[in-house]
Order: sequence, then structure tokens, then C-alpha cells
Amino acid sequence: MSVKYTEDHEWISVDGDIATVGITDHALEQLGDLVFVEVPESGRTLTKGDEAAVVESVKAASEVYAPVSGDVVEGNAAIADDPAAVSGDPAGNGWFFKIKMSDPSELDGLMDEAGYKAHIDG
Amino acid sequence: MDRCGDEALESRWQPFLPLTEDETRMFMRGIFQVPRQSGAAPNPCGFGRCTVMLGTKMTDTSENILTTPLDALHRDLGAKMVPFTGYALPVQYPAGIMKEHLQTRASASLFDVSHMGQALLKGDQAIEAFEALVPGDYQILVEGKTRYTVLLNDKGGILDDLMATRIEGGLYLVVNAACKDQDFAHIKAATEGRAELEILDDRALLALQGPKAGDVLARLAPATQDMTFMTFKQVDIAGIPCFATRSGYTGEDGFEISVAASQAVQLAKLLLAEAEVEPAGLGARDSLRLEAGLCLYGHDITTDITPIEADLKWAVNKRRREQGGFPGASVILDQLANGTKRTRVGILPEGRAPAREGTEIQDLDGTTIGTVTSGGYGPSVGGPVAMGYVTPAFSTPGTSVNLIVRGKPLAAQIVKMPFTQKTYKTT
Repeated sequence: MSVKYTEDHEWISVDGDIATVGITDHALEQLGDLVFVEVPESGRTLTKGDEAAVVESVKAASEVYAPVSGDVVEGNAAIADDPAAVSGDPAGNGWFFKIKMSDPSELDGLMDEAGYKAHIDG
Repeated sequence: MDRCGDEALESRWQPFLPLTEDETRMFMRGIFQVPRQSGAAPNPCGFGRCTVMLGTKMTDTSENILTTPLDALHRDLGAKMVPFTGYALPVQYPAGIMKEHLQTRASASLFDVSHMGQALLKGDQAIEAFEALVPGDYQILVEGKTRYTVLLNDKGGILDDLMATRIEGGLYLVVNAACKDQDFAHIKAATEGRAELEILDDRALLALQGPKAGDVLARLAPATQDMTFMTFKQVDIAGIPCFATRSGYTGEDGFEISVAASQAVQLAKLLLAEAEVEPAGLGARDSLRLEAGLCLYGHDITTDITPIEADLKWAVNKRRREQGGFPGASVILDQLANGTKRTRVGILPEGRAPAREGTEIQDLDGTTIGTVTSGGYGPSVGGPVAMGYVTPAFSTPGTSVNLIVRGKPLAAQIVKMPFTQKTYKTT
């Protein structure tokens, strides 16, 4: 299983043709305490770049964009019920949604961990 | 100054507090825009174009940013600094906005508000001259009492809101940072020959806020013990001469303490050393004032909004209603008699999604009835809270409305503000 990153501070963990998407520690640190999360419903078809999820903290709000195209397999209901749950584990239980990729080659343009680290340090 | 975070992140992760570099740049350019959804572009200062005149030409916020006397202390405390109204200020400390907010409601917090403008208006005719600019009755006010008021334009629109205290020989004024240069220029010009404006730019301003603030300050300055809400005293706090006003911007008991810039760090450290006190930043200040139902200038009140529309009727005092003689009196007196086309209300979204500034308010038939001017998450309420303007027919508490958030109607109710109980010391 490999993990990729976008410039928009999302991580994508790939297992076969299923990609799990979440936001990075860095994003979470910038946002602060989360107060609202909306995740996509399963079955929704997303094109890369579509607004897929919403995340809001006390001071900021953002859309989470689909980093790849495909059909949503599952949205994480646990974080929609309890946004604070993302804070403890953004790279694990704090995942946002799982998507069945229609074009895995879209992953090619994404960064690996070292590349992402350089991106945020840059 | 420190970078405020990744620029790409800040540009995409849309900020709502008026605290970001992007927004500060807009202040600088004088085309302040609300962050999202709204097409309105109110001017934050109310004096035509908002040019920032703070001694230096501020074309580049990162190079010409001003600092308060507490700058190094904030950084030592691990604050996340952001540019706000031309100053580097802490948006939060390591505890985070949520904890800082709750700490203020439960105990006490110390805020650095040194960016705000302080001045003295002195002279035999200072009171009369000042009254020509505001709808407040300052003749009736006795020395040592503070009153909230608004500077008005000829249409009755609000140029700024401010605190004015009667002191020996005149008034002590505290105005908003974004407006201070314009305010002071306006007051100076309008009172020329009748009063002297002395700008206190060598003083810092600290806000000690929370239900324990009174105990803390009484320990260090016993003379503050008998001060009630909206009173002023010159006191020594552990030997440091200060102006203390029992007021604030959080809905809690507390003090705003003016101190010589050279002694500000010493005073801040002294207050922070008290067990009940923790530092809090601009983020918590904003969520606290929103829950308290207090207006943020440039957002909830602007040059296009009168104090009557803003539900600040009480700021137009009795004698002034009878006599007029303040800018925009005809408009304001007419609105007092005949009502307004819109009014400021509290709004409680029923779900969990915050409705931010600029959110459209609709009636249940889908007709637009107003706009949210401040909105977010209320940590003490434990859910979203907002305020905004609606047509008077929909302003009764209990009225059901819809908020259009990301294209979808979210159920909400008009409610009476504040959202949290105030703890002011009134007796």
C-alpha cells in the first residue's frame, strides 16, 4: 500500500483500485480544532478536482477536493458525527472517504512523502 | 515576522476570521471584501477609501508589519502570529482557539489589544465637541464612567464604534485598530479649536477577561475591587500605573488595562503568573464576542448601517433623541419613529454546519430576507451561532428561516442574543 499527497494537503492511501483520502497533519495543524465535517455519500461519482467533502474549524472552512476520479465507496460517518475524532488520528481513523478509482494513472502526478515534506517546508 | 503558514494552504483553506494575510492585504488596498459568498464590499473604516497610515507606508505586510510591545512575549509563549490591521498579533497560542475560548468563560484570559487606538480629548468644550460626532449623552455621564458609542456619518451610518470614558478635563477614547487613523483625523478636524486630541501611541492595551478577572486584579490592585461594569480608574497594578476600565469584548466580566508601552511586558507577565490566567488570541476573542452578540466593525456594522438597524438603539441616549444635533440625526430619528428596513438579529442554525459571513438568509418560501454578517462555531454553545440582518417581519425570536450554505438550505431560528449569559459586574 502506498501513500501519496496532493498540493492541497490531502493524503491518498492506495490499495488495489480503492483509494482512501484524508487530510494531512499539516492541514489539521493549520486549521485547528475541527467543528464540522461533511463527507460524500457512497455511490457518488466524482471527477478529479470536484468538491468531495467539507471541513471546518473554529477559524476556517474548506472543501476537500477529489484527488482522483471514481465512485465513492464509503464516507467516514464517524468523523461526520464527531469532527474532533479527526484531530487524534488524521492519517488513520480520521480518513474522509474511500473511492473506487476509474483512472489510477491520475495518481502519477501526486507527491510521495518526501516530496510532500519538501512542499510544506518550501 | 514568522510565516503564518503555508501560503497555498492559506489561499485555499478559506479563512473566516479577519486575520489572514490575504485579508490584511485587502485592508491595505482599501477594498476589504468579506471572504466568501457575499457580493458586498464594505469599507472597514468608514472614511471613504481605507488608507492605512501608521507611520510607515504599508505596501508589503511582511516587511512593514508593526508589532506591539508584547511581540516577543507572544512568540516566547508559542503564539501563532498573523498580520491583522497592520500589526503582527497572536491568533492563538498552543492551547488553541477552542481551549482559549472556554478558559475565558471558566476562569480568565489575557488578550493583547495594543493595536487598538487610544487617545485623550481634552479641553473645556471637549464634551460638547465630541457630542457633535456621536449620539451618546456624555454631559450626563459622570467622571470615571465609560459609555459605548458610535461615530456617525451624515446618513447616520457608523464610521466606527468606540468606548469613551469621562475623565478629568475630557474624555479617554478607545477605537478600533483598522479605523484609528481615520477616526483620530476625523475627531481632530471636527473638534479643532474646541478640544485637543492627544493620541496615546506610547501605550499598550491589555484585556483581562473572564469570571475570575475581578479576583485576580483585586489581588494585585485592591482599588479595582469596587469597580463596576463600565467604570474607569487610574490605578497602580503591583506598582505599575495603569488606566483600568471594567469592560471588554467577550461578554464576561473583566478589564481593559492601558499601560505605558515600556511597562507592558512586565504587567502582562505579572498577570499571566496568576494561576487563573492564560493567554488568549484573536481567534478566541472573535468567537467570544460573537457568542456575546457584540458587533465586529466592518462586518456587523459599517458606514451603510445605522445604530437603529444594528439594534443599538440604546446608544442613542434620551436627551440626544430629544435634541438631535448629531450626524445623520434626521435619518436616525425617523428610523426610531417609523422603523427600519432591516434589523440585526441572532441566528441559531439547527444543524452542526456553521453559517459564515455572507451566507444568504431565506424565508421558508425561498425568498431572500437577509444576510449573515458574522457566523461560526460557538465553543460555549457547543454548536454554530451567527448574527445578521433580516427584514423586520422576520426578526421575532422563534422565527424559522433557512440559511443557504453551499447551495443547500439549512434550518435555523432567529434568537435573542447573547448566546451565552453575560457575567458583567453590575453592582
